[in-house]
Amino acid sequence: MKVTTTMERTETVTPEVTRSSPRKVVIVAAVLAVLVAAPVVLGAYPVTTMTRMLAFAVLVLSVDLLTGVAGLPTLGQAAYFGAGAYTAVLIGLHITSDAMVQVVAGLAAGLIAAAATGWVAVRARGIVFLMLTLAIGESVHQVADTWSAVGGSNGLAGMPPISLFGAPLLASGFVYWWVLAVAIVLIAAVALVVRSPYGRTLRGVRDNEARMRALGYRPALARYGVFCLAGAVAGAGGALWVAQARFVSPGDLGFEVAALALLSVVIGGSGSLWGPCLGAALVLLVRDNLSASIDGHGPLLLGLLFVAVVFVMPRGLAGVRRRKGRGKERSS
Amino acid sequence: MTGHLVSVLNGLAMGSLLFAIALGLSLVFGMMDVLNLAHGAVYLVGAYVAVALVADGAGLAAFVLAVLLAAVLGALLGGVLAGLTRATPHHLDQALLTLGVSLVVAELLSIFFGNDVHSIAAPAPVAGSVVVFGETYPVYRLLVIGFGVVLAVAVYVLVERSVLGSVIRATVADRGMVSALGINTGRVLVGVFAAGAGLAAVGGVLAGPILGAQPGLDEKVLLLALVVVVIGGLGSVRGALLGAVLIGQVQALGTSLLPEYASFLIFAAMGLVLLLRPAGLLPAGGAVRA
Repeated sequence: MKVTTTMERTETVTPEVTRSSPRKVVIVAAVLAVLVAAPVVLGAYPVTTMTRMLAFAVLVLSVDLLTGVAGLPTLGQAAYFGAGAYTAVLIGLHITSDAMVQVVAGLAAGLIAAAATGWVAVRARGIVFLMLTLAIGESVHQVADTWSAVGGSNGLAGMPPISLFGAPLLASGFVYWWVLAVAIVLIAAVALVVRSPYGRTLRGVRDNEARMRALGYRPALARYGVFCLAGAVAGAGGALWVAQARFVSPGDLGFEVAALALLSVVIGGSGSLWGPCLGAALVLLVRDNLSASIDGHGPLLLGLLFVAVVFVMPRGLAGVRRRKGRGKERSS
Repeated sequence: MTGHLVSVLNGLAMGSLLFAIALGLSLVFGMMDVLNLAHGAVYLVGAYVAVALVADGAGLAAFVLAVLLAAVLGALLGGVLAGLTRATPHHLDQALLTLGVSLVVAELLSIFFGNDVHSIAAPAPVAGSVVVFGETYPVYRLLVIGFGVVLAVAVYVLVERSVLGSVIRATVADRGMVSALGINTGRVLVGVFAAGAGLAAVGGVLAGPILGAQPGLDEKVLLLALVVVVIGGLGSVRGALLGAVLIGQVQALGTSLLPEYASFLIFAAMGLVLLLRPAGLLPAGGAVRA
């Protein structure tokens, strides 16, 4: 996941963007090697789990882009994840099983959905923004749950296996490598945006909006841009999610998914890129494996986890080694 | 045509319940700047209190007892939530905290009451129906509408005409100034939090005979309350009332006219209002940030 650190060598002082060093390059290469080699070593089930983690990590990345970089805590990102997932399944069912077409369509669906709903949300900040995204996300969830054209509460099943260059990807390992490749491209793209002048603008707006406005920037427009971008990333993540599951239901874009994504960001440390990806893996592990072992009372455990994280680890994993300084979120 | 008039009545009953539920959410949000994501779970506590005490068509006494018990439980939960959220200043942390409490409460309820859909009978004396607009209509829903009117008037008198109300309104507008006047705003805030949560739990009991109780209802109710608050304007009592009546009507008419698109309509209503008036229809002066 740490591929991002190799991107930038000329970065000057921005506390939350870590600079690359030979040691980091080695770590990134090692992590990548392990990720690529995983299907060769592991059985089908762990590989399936890791594929889910990667797709979920892309969603978490989009939440982090909003929450960590732009200071816009969101509980609605699952809606755009779901838009991408539903689009990919519909395309898989009715048009083509080409994985690239599905990912691009999922990305476009997330972008369009975010562009259509985002303007209402980005005019607010902080907790009001959180509330609006929650309302948008839940509304979209209800629409998916009741609209018979997309299967209603049953969802859409029966999507054929995805294919690349005409060859269906039948083994879980191949699906995994495809998802890994796309996830790396998306993470790299987000890292580039975060380190670009636009990324600086976003952090500037997050930290001191009045000053940015006085400097001639348009904060609402900058926020709208990042909202659309995050929607596109989440949409692509949704397409990756169904590339493996080949099934989508309203549960995939529900409140719980959005909440877990936000929890992953907070656990991982908002603003860092590797932290939330790690957080995503942890949260999904807890939800899918640990909860099964305690009689399916996963939500109970998760609820306690939410409370514990706030009190025990307010800065997340990445915060453990980050210098003190930046507050997580400011009231506006 | 009369069918639509019945829908309007249904919308008013729904609006009454939504007003009770959304009011606390709105005031806590407006005053304390806390988005209480456990509000739906508090509602669900009330609904399951009704399941435990009145599910078998018990009498009026059991129903009243359920309302009182729900009010107490809700207020206690509200107090706990107020304490928890005051311990952490960050908005995001507060949202996660209340979300965590919400998950725990909802899961405990489903452990005790199972995952079934529970229907709750209206208390025996008011379980019948009367003829309204040429159609039979449940008496209980008319009473709920009456409750909404009484609640609206009571809250109006309390907030607009009493000393406590002026303290509450002033705290919404400028907490620092009220504090400087020597009033313990912390106590006011916890009190409003507890009262709001108590009202949500009472709403759960009253809504029981109409909506029943089942896992997942907490999310739906939280969403409706959020939309009401967003449409009405944060921290505003009149806004909560207007938003509740509006959403109640949109939901009832949408369900009877365009059942397939009812959930779109609520979303569309919220989007439309926010595009035209980003702060809601009747925002409370000081609580709204640009």
